[in-house]
Amino acid sequence: MALIKINGKEHEVESDLSILEAVRGEGYEIPTLCYHPDLSISGGCRLCIVEDVDSGQLITSCSTGVTEGLEIKTASERVERARRSVVDLLLSDHPLDCMICEADGNCTLQDLAYRYGLNESTLGSKIDPRFEIEHDNPFIVHDPDKCILCGRCIRVDNEIQCSDAIDFINRGFTTRIAAALEKDLGDDDSTCVFCGQCVEMCPTGALTYKPSIGEGREYNLEHTETTCGYCGVGCKLDLKTRGNKVVEVGSIYREGTPNPVGEACVKGRFGYEFIDHPDRLKTPLIKDKETGEFNEASWDEALDYIGDKFNQIKEESGGDAFGALCSARCSNEDNYLMQKLMRAGLGSHTIDHCARL
Amino acid sequence: MAGLAKSFGSGAMTNSIAEIDDLDVIFVTGSNPIENHPVIGSRMKKAVKNGAKLILADPRKIELAEEADVFIQQRPGSDIALINGMMNVILEEGLQDDKFIKKRTENYEAVEDVVSQYPPERAEEITGVPAEDIRRAARIFAKAENGAIYYAMGVTQHTSGTANVTSLTSLALLTGNVGKEASGVNPLRGQSNVQGACDLGGLPNVFPGYQKVIDPEIRDKFAKAWNVDGFPDEPGLTVVEIFKAAEKGDIRALYIMGENPVISDPDQNHIIEALEKTEFTVVQDIFFNDTAEYADVVLPAACFAEKEGTFTNTERRVQKIEKAVEPPGDSWPDWKIIAEISKRVGYDMDYDNVEEIMAEIAELTPIYGGIYYDRLGDLGLQWPCPDRDHPGTKFLHEGEFARGKGKFYPVHYTPPVEEMDDDYQFIMMTGRMLYHYHSGTMTRNSAAIDEFESDAYIEISNEDAEKLGVENGDRVKVSSRRGVVETYARVGDRVAPGYLFMPFHYAESPANRLTHDALDPEAKIPEYKVTAVSLEKV
Repeated sequence: MALIKINGKEHEVESDLSILEAVRGEGYEIPTLCYHPDLSISGGCRLCIVEDVDSGQLITSCSTGVTEGLEIKTASERVERARRSVVDLLLSDHPLDCMICEADGNCTLQDLAYRYGLNESTLGSKIDPRFEIEHDNPFIVHDPDKCILCGRCIRVDNEIQCSDAIDFINRGFTTRIAAALEKDLGDDDSTCVFCGQCVEMCPTGALTYKPSIGEGREYNLEHTETTCGYCGVGCKLDLKTRGNKVVEVGSIYREGTPNPVGEACVKGRFGYEFIDHPDRLKTPLIKDKETGEFNEASWDEALDYIGDKFNQIKEESGGDAFGALCSARCSNEDNYLMQKLMRAGLGSHTIDHCARL
Repeated sequence: MAGLAKSFGSGAMTNSIAEIDDLDVIFVTGSNPIENHPVIGSRMKKAVKNGAKLILADPRKIELAEEADVFIQQRPGSDIALINGMMNVILEEGLQDDKFIKKRTENYEAVEDVVSQYPPERAEEITGVPAEDIRRAARIFAKAENGAIYYAMGVTQHTSGTANVTSLTSLALLTGNVGKEASGVNPLRGQSNVQGACDLGGLPNVFPGYQKVIDPEIRDKFAKAWNVDGFPDEPGLTVVEIFKAAEKGDIRALYIMGENPVISDPDQNHIIEALEKTEFTVVQDIFFNDTAEYADVVLPAACFAEKEGTFTNTERRVQKIEKAVEPPGDSWPDWKIIAEISKRVGYDMDYDNVEEIMAEIAELTPIYGGIYYDRLGDLGLQWPCPDRDHPGTKFLHEGEFARGKGKFYPVHYTPPVEEMDDDYQFIMMTGRMLYHYHSGTMTRNSAAIDEFESDAYIEISNEDAEKLGVENGDRVKVSSRRGVVETYARVGDRVAPGYLFMPFHYAESPANRLTHDALDPEAKIPEYKVTAVSLEKV
């Protein structure tokens, strides 16, 4: 443990923490853009600076460890003035189109501008875009003009997803994030697999989900935490809904889950549109034996018909005449009842599913 | 599963996903986690970045091959010879874990006997893998402090599937790489609740919790609990056997929930004949799938986002699914439909909600004995969880195997049913790919995904493509003894000359029109990974 002083008040904190972690752990607020607890430290955005009372220097709290006797100020006038100029600089190269931006209400830069009362940069505003929007693939839209170069997308791609699909290119004013050979993320040369973790990490509207455009913004959406319906990993996912429609799939970050740092794959992230597909079955159907056509039926009609046929076959041929397939995509409770129906209701052990396929 | 259960006494993954972080050797075979379990695939890549060694044995040069310290490209169906070769090296060089063998295993003598017949040079003849690579892989795995094996359908979908698995369990036992944290044998389950469907008795030979139907005491227990006179004393039929029986007219009624056998089962033409022959078929699904065409009644079901319940993942973790949206039209959750049908066949099922069903499961299923909804919280629970106070089980077989001692089942190599000949010059494997899932009901109906990967393909080697004058993207006709499909050629170096790979998700180019239904004698799994075919440009 280490004894440190934050804003004049003493605190005992774990000695292996960074100043940022220690200070936030004690309930103080420090704004960040490039920091994320699951990623390596970059120290590039300079928003997490605090004032070291001893040396009088402004230091980045994310990349500096606590030391015994450390005394810092987290929101002194100097600190706040420096942070304000960082935001001012970022805004000078950022489009002011919050009213039509997908990230409105879910943008750290917007929150910081609000905090520092900047409705535009004091250095002049960005009138014309400097880059093209990249949107050739059906999953992710990249607008480099909205990118603040925090690099969180690159780090999650490199450190968690391990796809190494994107990196910084160029220098100075033309720096941007790009996939291989500056082609689209979906290009044959790209190693992107559309897990969407870069979008989840983006603190602005530079990376957004294409199928979610126009479907609502953060404050319009409701959240339901659930388990993914695809492979056997069992990732926890956040189904974001608006009205009765799933419009986006977000990450859940929780130690101890199968995907503790919000991992997902393209199926879990983008394979939700089937839920609201117009071709979903909506009513029972009974086949007309004469014409071979399927006609809509009520539940009572369909269930009674099944009951009568099952009873007749059971009477005539016994349980051996029944076979059932339950499903690796249905719930435990669904499967339990299916085998109970077969065994206890119809007298047959002939039940199986696609575990072998 | 059958092979794992024979050796260890439990057919489930021995370890948890998180333990990948602590491995120093990862042996992946017959599994393509980057595409089929992507989050696990990334975690393996991360472990490799952090210093773990990776051995990959796969007939295809899949993406993970780039990360591998040893990449072994064995011929499909030659796995036993490969593993026996590795075990031969381990014994020759004295790298086995004698202490572990003595304390925790039985039938070791049989291994020496079988394995001595597979020096790496003989294994090379059968597998096509250089003997030196077999030696390197064996040494790396044997010397692991924490070594674990990961496999999937590439190992099991063979007529020798069960034997392939017991080869792998023998390798783990021989090197002491099982029964402790971050060491074990891990079948990666391909579907959201395939583990749960097996756990809860969706199998013809067991009641929930793998309690055998041939055991009279178990039958009595369930008869009493479910209030019936008794049950048949023999197991029922497995999926492929069901369709064979239906074709003969022995099965008169079929009730199919959430499955699409016309696309996912072997030898499509036979499946369709069987469905046409069946007197009364009920299909319960979220879409009018390819199988619904042959049904008498089609029932609309709610999907995973429209109902409550639980899934059990590949690491035995029971987790909740929650309702995010209302089901469309008049569709119902599956459990409610089943309960209504049950009522109509004179067997009442009264449940107000899924929680009550899980409570009944807990009472009758020892491995789920402590699993109740109020305990599932943020992280779920991993079975075995025998009682309400049990915290769940991270890894299996600590101190003792579920069956007592770990049993060696060494086996000899047997060739696949179909081989290349003058008429069928290629061996085709089938499998899954990143963007689509099983019969495609979900992903093919998700616009963004289907736009990106909208058509089927067959992977062919550069060498074969050149020989046949086939270029990337050309239409090709693929024929087997059972049927013909057309698809696009994807030319590259993922498959070796003489071999092809085709995903099975696409109804317009159904790979399963070509496959055959020869089964592993124990697990009854079809040999999807070895089909003899011919290929020509259209």
